[in-house]
Amino acid sequence: MIENIKAFLGDFFVTGDPMIYGADVSIALASIAIVVTLTYFKKWRWLWDEWLTTVDHKKIGIMYIIAALLMLFRGGVDAILMRTQLALPNMNFLDADHYNQIFTTHGTIMIIFVAMPFIFGLMNIAVPLQIGARDVAYPYLNALSFWLFFFGAMLFNLSFVIGGSPDAGWTAYAPYAGPELNPSSVGQNYYYIGVQISGIGSLMTGINFLVTIAKMRAPGMTLFKMPMFTWSILITSLIIIFAFPTFTVTLALGLFDHLLGTHFFTIGGGGSPMLWANLFWFWGHPEVYIVLLPVFGIFSEVIATFAHKTLFGYATMVCSMVAISILSFLTWLHHFFTMGNTAPVNAFFSLSTMLIAIPTGVKIFNWLFTLNKGRIEFTTPMLWALAFIPNFTIGGVTGVMLAMAPADYQYHNSMFLIAHFHSTLIAGTVFGVFCGLHYWWPKMFGYLLNEKLGKWSFWVFMISFNVCFMPMYFLGLMGMTRRMYTYPAGLGWGPVNFIITIGAFGMGVGFVIMAWNIVWSAIKGKRDTTGDPWGGRTLEWSIPSPAPEYNFAHIPKVTTRDAFAAMKEDKKRGREQKPKPFEPIHMPNNSGIPFIMSALFFVAGFGFVFKWYWMGIPGLIGVAICMIARSFVYDDHHHIPTDEIERTERATGRLS
Amino acid sequence: MIKEYKNTAVKPEPKGFPWKQVVGLFLSLALTFLALWVALGLSLPVPITLTVIVGLAIIQALIQLFMFMHFTEGTDPSHQMMGIAFGLFVAFAMVAGTLWIMAFML
Repeated sequence: MIENIKAFLGDFFVTGDPMIYGADVSIALASIAIVVTLTYFKKWRWLWDEWLTTVDHKKIGIMYIIAALLMLFRGGVDAILMRTQLALPNMNFLDADHYNQIFTTHGTIMIIFVAMPFIFGLMNIAVPLQIGARDVAYPYLNALSFWLFFFGAMLFNLSFVIGGSPDAGWTAYAPYAGPELNPSSVGQNYYYIGVQISGIGSLMTGINFLVTIAKMRAPGMTLFKMPMFTWSILITSLIIIFAFPTFTVTLALGLFDHLLGTHFFTIGGGGSPMLWANLFWFWGHPEVYIVLLPVFGIFSEVIATFAHKTLFGYATMVCSMVAISILSFLTWLHHFFTMGNTAPVNAFFSLSTMLIAIPTGVKIFNWLFTLNKGRIEFTTPMLWALAFIPNFTIGGVTGVMLAMAPADYQYHNSMFLIAHFHSTLIAGTVFGVFCGLHYWWPKMFGYLLNEKLGKWSFWVFMISFNVCFMPMYFLGLMGMTRRMYTYPAGLGWGPVNFIITIGAFGMGVGFVIMAWNIVWSAIKGKRDTTGDPWGGRTLEWSIPSPAPEYNFAHIPKVTTRDAFAAMKEDKKRGREQKPKPFEPIHMPNNSGIPFIMSALFFVAGFGFVFKWYWMGIPGLIGVAICMIARSFVYDDHHHIPTDEIERTERATGRLS
Repeated sequence: MIKEYKNTAVKPEPKGFPWKQVVGLFLSLALTFLALWVALGLSLPVPITLTVIVGLAIIQALIQLFMFMHFTEGTDPSHQMMGIAFGLFVAFAMVAGTLWIMAFML
């Protein structure tokens, strides 16, 4: 009996690696610290009422960003472990299995649990404010999206201490990920189920923001008067809605292969391993644009604001994004040119991939022309935006090199490819979300991040990024391929790898400075009393910082692009509108169901990971009960009375 | 009193029993089990089985559109048409693309 329990626990928990034991201890200590702190300060009620049950888009946005920063830390630690292992030839810091698990979790976490939620966080905060709305179209669904992402991420992260991490790469290619070569299934199930749960949330976010932008714009804001960030989110939502269902089905089929013994992607039994790559990238390539287009929007806002000009080429910006959204569904094969397709197939996808460089190039030139003759102000968000242009262009140009199918046979899966996609994802997405974070921070919290620390973190991170990824292109051309856990001495790779590792640690330092900036500014940061610290052009800067619960005391009327810039101009010329009396504001009620339902998804998911149907099926029944319970909630809104609005507005100095 | 513009997306649903959705649910279930029965219960030749279940899938997609997805409602039909057109484009890209890519091993 005791032997049985011992054997079970030995399989259940990951054992044998001192670093994992260290992680066990730190997880336990952190959990205890959180529970003790909340209990000691009697904050449980506050946590539940203000955060866990909230449907306020601003609070949901903040939670998304906190979760994304925590996941960025985890993904970053993974990266640093990998780079330490590769710093010198024949290193024994990680063994092969552990290295495989780490590059798998690094990729999955960075894409699914950092890039996506960071962008969702920023769009939750900015989009309703930019279009003059009081919340998103479906606030309850929004909370559900967040909690599904959160519990999906937690389930996936549990894998490295309980049961073992997936090790088939973030792309989880069959047949290695399949049941034939991965018979224990547990790690791979974590991937299928954790990503699936969070993917359901992503799909709902896409629907939510499409409807929000389509239906809830302030009067007068026609489509072509929307801020560019809102445009980018509209297009992104469209791509999410059409790309994510493919991924949902693909993950489900992969899971069926493990749980039910089906043969979709197996080698035997009529399955096709290549079909996994095909379906995965049919989602995976549009996904690249899901994490890029929003940051194009952020850069458009930031560059226009700090060049003190309207954005150059508004209509061509929109057309480029529409073109990208269509082309993004026609290029997926370039991820597996070398898998044995016929020449005409490779030629078509080669061309369609190069075509995408045209609308992207148009956007780059539009940003440059926006800067042209502008009064450029070098704030931290602007530095991130300016650094984006050259660094991202290098990633884009090497992308065109990779797009040439015959040449790709040389570059494929070499470190050249790794350098390419990090140049686009870091110089694009990461610079972009950091830019947006600094830019909208005062709107979220009512104080600014410190500029000096912000610039330090920018320079350290940006220079280290180049130290890390510039040599990597050459390392790829020297023949080193991705996913090698070690390499022999004498190939000339050692010094280059060592430089790359220095860069990786430098990026870690940059991140730590940014984290320190957040802590420092929370205590001593400059208050934003005006609500418009940057001289903004769009509606989010017309309201106090942090935005009140109802966002706009009066819904603004929009007549032009850059609506707030026009309002400020009107005010200067003394054409200000008379304030109208307040009216009670209709707001959605908080609800605990999204949290509970997502927690039950977590329980069900955990059960299915271990094929414990006694746990998985009741979990799903619980999910169904939550849905039924929600359908009987009739009292789902309340009104904020006028005297409360008056009090809030007076407190921010908006009423005299 | 000045009537202020309220930008909320959701208008209150008309009260009453949701017959349309209930009928849609049962039709969808029936079609799903019918497809299962055609595939597993009948031993028709494969091309005929495929044709029949694809036909059933198209009927079910139409049921989804009309009974659940408010296809006939809304103020601006051009939005609906753009959505459908983009959906058809993506579906075509995926199915035709996959067949073309994987043709070498069929």
